Amino acid sequence: MGSGTTALLLGLPPALLLFTLFVALPMGEAGWYSVFRWSGFGAPTEFVGLRNFAQLLAHEDFRTALLNNGLIIVVSLLLQLPLALGLAVLLAERWRGTTLFRLIFFLPYILAEVAAGLIWRFVYDGDHGLLAKLWTAFGATPPQVLAEPELAMYAILVVIVWKYFGFHMMLYIAGLQQVDKSLYEAARIDGASRWQVFRLVTVPMLGGTIRLSVLFAVLGSLQMFDLVMPLTKGGPSNSTQTMVTFLYTFGVTRMEVGFGSAVGMVLFVICVAFAFGYKRWFMRDD
Amino acid sequence: MRLFRLIRGGLAALFTAALSLSASAQTTTVRWLHIEQNAEVAAFYADVARRFEASRPGTKIEMQFLENEAFKKKLTTLLQSPAKPHIIYSWAGGVLREQVKAGVIEDLTLPLAGGWRERFPPAALDLYTVNGRTYGVPMITTQVGFFYNKDLFAKAGIDASTIRTWDDLLATVKKLQAAGITPIIAGGGDKWPLHFYWSHLAIRIGGKDAFDAALKGQGQGFASETFVRAGELFRQLADLKPFQPGYLAATYPQSTGQFGDGKGAMTLMLDGLRRTMMANSGDKIGVPDAKLGWFPFPTVAGGRGAPDDTLGGMNGWLVTKGAPKEAAEFLKFFTEAQNQRVAAEKSYFIPVVAGAREHVGLPMLRLLAENVGRSKYHQLFYDQMLGPAVGAVVNDVSADLAAGRLKPQEAAAKVQQAWQQAN
Repeated sequence: MGSGTTALLLGLPPALLLFTLFVALPMGEAGWYSVFRWSGFGAPTEFVGLRNFAQLLAHEDFRTALLNNGLIIVVSLLLQLPLALGLAVLLAERWRGTTLFRLIFFLPYILAEVAAGLIWRFVYDGDHGLLAKLWTAFGATPPQVLAEPELAMYAILVVIVWKYFGFHMMLYIAGLQQVDKSLYEAARIDGASRWQVFRLVTVPMLGGTIRLSVLFAVLGSLQMFDLVMPLTKGGPSNSTQTMVTFLYTFGVTRMEVGFGSAVGMVLFVICVAFAFGYKRWFMRDD
Repeated sequence: MRLFRLIRGGLAALFTAALSLSASAQTTTVRWLHIEQNAEVAAFYADVARRFEASRPGTKIEMQFLENEAFKKKLTTLLQSPAKPHIIYSWAGGVLREQVKAGVIEDLTLPLAGGWRERFPPAALDLYTVNGRTYGVPMITTQVGFFYNKDLFAKAGIDASTIRTWDDLLATVKKLQAAGITPIIAGGGDKWPLHFYWSHLAIRIGGKDAFDAALKGQGQGFASETFVRAGELFRQLADLKPFQPGYLAATYPQSTGQFGDGKGAMTLMLDGLRRTMMANSGDKIGVPDAKLGWFPFPTVAGGRGAPDDTLGGMNGWLVTKGAPKEAAEFLKFFTEAQNQRVAAEKSYFIPVVAGAREHVGLPMLRLLAENVGRSKYHQLFYDQMLGPAVGAVVNDVSADLAAGRLKPQEAAAKVQQAWQQAN
C-alpha cells in the first residue's frame, strides 16, 4: 500500500462525511421538500408534484427577482470589474500612497454585509441622511431613494459596486504582480502607447484572473441577499427582490417551506449550470 | 464514644445530603420564552416568576428572550427541538392553527376547566380554540385606532371628536395639508401597519358577516364586494398622498420616531405605539401623554359593521407538547387578577382578565380597554388570523394599494387566491 492510499483512507472519510452531512444531504432534502406543500412542522405529507415550480414560474415577483439578479450581473461585469481593473492598473505600480489607496478601496469589502447595508440605509435616508443633506444644501427636496420602487434597485446596485469592487481590484493587483516586467519593457521599447500596453499586454496576461473574477462576480450576484435585507427587505412593492430574498420572504417567513425549497432548487440549478458551463468553456486552461 | 458520635455525625451528613439530592431531583424547570423588550415590563414578568417559585418549592422558571421578528422566524424549528421552551408567546389565529395541526401544542381545555376559564371573556378564549379545544391563555389585548398630535391638530384647527366617518377623515387630511402638515405617518416598509387600513375598512363595510362568509368560502370570498370596496376607499385616502415622504421604506419603529418628533399629525396604530415611540423619538419622549390624542377608526356611510366593532390583537401564551404540568400552573398564577392588575395600573399593557382591565392607569389606555370590553365583534388582525401565508399577502396588497400600484379588484382577488391556495 503506497503512502498515497494511506492518506486517502485517512483523509477522505472525514471530508466525505462532512460533505454528505452538510452539502449533499440538505440539497437532497430541499429537492424532496420542493414537491410538497409543507409548513415546516412535522414531516411533509401533502404531495403536490411540480405545483410549487409552476406557481414559482408564474409568480411576477419571482420574475422581478430574476431580472434584478440579471441586472446585478450586468452591472457587476460592465461597471464593477472595469472599475476594479482600472484602479488595479493604477495601484499595482509602486508609487507613494498606493498602499494607502489599496487599503481604502478594500475597506468596504471587509465590512460585514449587514453593517454596510445599514450604513447605506442611513446615507440614503431622505430626512437625515448624507444624501438628503447634499440635496438640501442645493435647496432641493431630497428624494426618498429607497422608498421609490423605480429607484431603489439602482440605489442597491451602487452599494453592490461600492462593496465589492475592492475585492476584484485586489485580485487584479495580485495578478498584475505576477506579470513579467520585461514584457512591459519590451512593449515600450517597441513604441507601444499606454493604451496598447494595457490592451495587448496587461489584459491578456491577466486573462486567468479576469476569468476567475467574473466567476466570483456572477455567482456572488446570483446569491445576493445580505446587502438587500437591511436596505429594503426586497421592497418597496417587491421591486428589489433577488432570488434569495424572494426565497426568504415567500418561503421562510410565510411558512411555505416546500415553495421555498422549490426556489432553492431553481437557484441551485442556475448556479450549477453557470459554474460548470463557465468552467468548461472559459476556464479550461486555468 | 467519640467514634460513635463521629459515625452518627457522618450518617446525619449523609442523610441530609441524600435528602437535598432527592429534593434537587424533584426540581422542575419550566422554560418560558417571551418577547418583551421593555426592561420594566420584563422585570414585572421576572417578579411574577419569582413569586411563583416561592409559592411552589421545587419549581424553577427559566426565562428566555427572543426579539419579536427573530422569535417568529425561529419558532418553527425551535418547537421541534428537544430543548424547546415550555411556554411560548402567541398572537393566536392562523399560526396557532398550524401549530395545533402539527401537534406541538398542549391542549389546555382540562386545566382551564377548574374555574380558570371564567376569568376571560369568552370571545378571547374563542380565538385560542381550535376544533372545540382550547390551546392557549389570552393575556394582552389591543385596539387599532388613530393616535394624533393635539398640537398639530390645534394648529390646523381640527377637532378630533368631529371625525366620525371616512369622509370626515379625508376632509381632515386635506385640512392638515392646507396647513402645511403631513397628515399621516406610516411604517410602510414593514407593510403590516398599512394593512390596518384595508382590514379595518372591510370591518366597517361588511361587519362580522362579511369576514365569516369569506372564511367559509361563500360567494366570492375575499374577492367579494366588501373587500373590493375596502380597497377603493383606501385608494381614496392614498390618492390624497397623506403619508410622510419615504413612508414605503420606513420601518414601524422608525415611523413611531417620526410621529414622536412631530413630523406628522396622525398614525393608525396599537397602544404599543407609546412605548415604541419613546424609544425611537429624538428626545426619547415623543408626543407626551398630555398631547397625545386618540380617536376610533371612522365609520363608512352605509356600512354594515357596528361603530363599536374593534380590530386588534389578543396575545397570550401557549404550552408546548410534553411540558411539565407546572407550565400551565404558572400561566394560571400569571393570569390571576391581582398579578395582572399590577401591569394594568402601571399601563404596561391592557390585560384581558376581568378584575384587571378595569384598573388600567392611563386614561387613554383605559378607554381602549373599555372599547374592547364593550365590543361585540373584536376582529383579530387579518395578517394573524388568516395564517402566515395569506396574512403576508394581505400586507403586500395593502402596501401596494397605498403606493397606488394595485387596483382594488386585483388586491381582493390576490387575497382570495392566496386563501384558496392555503385552504
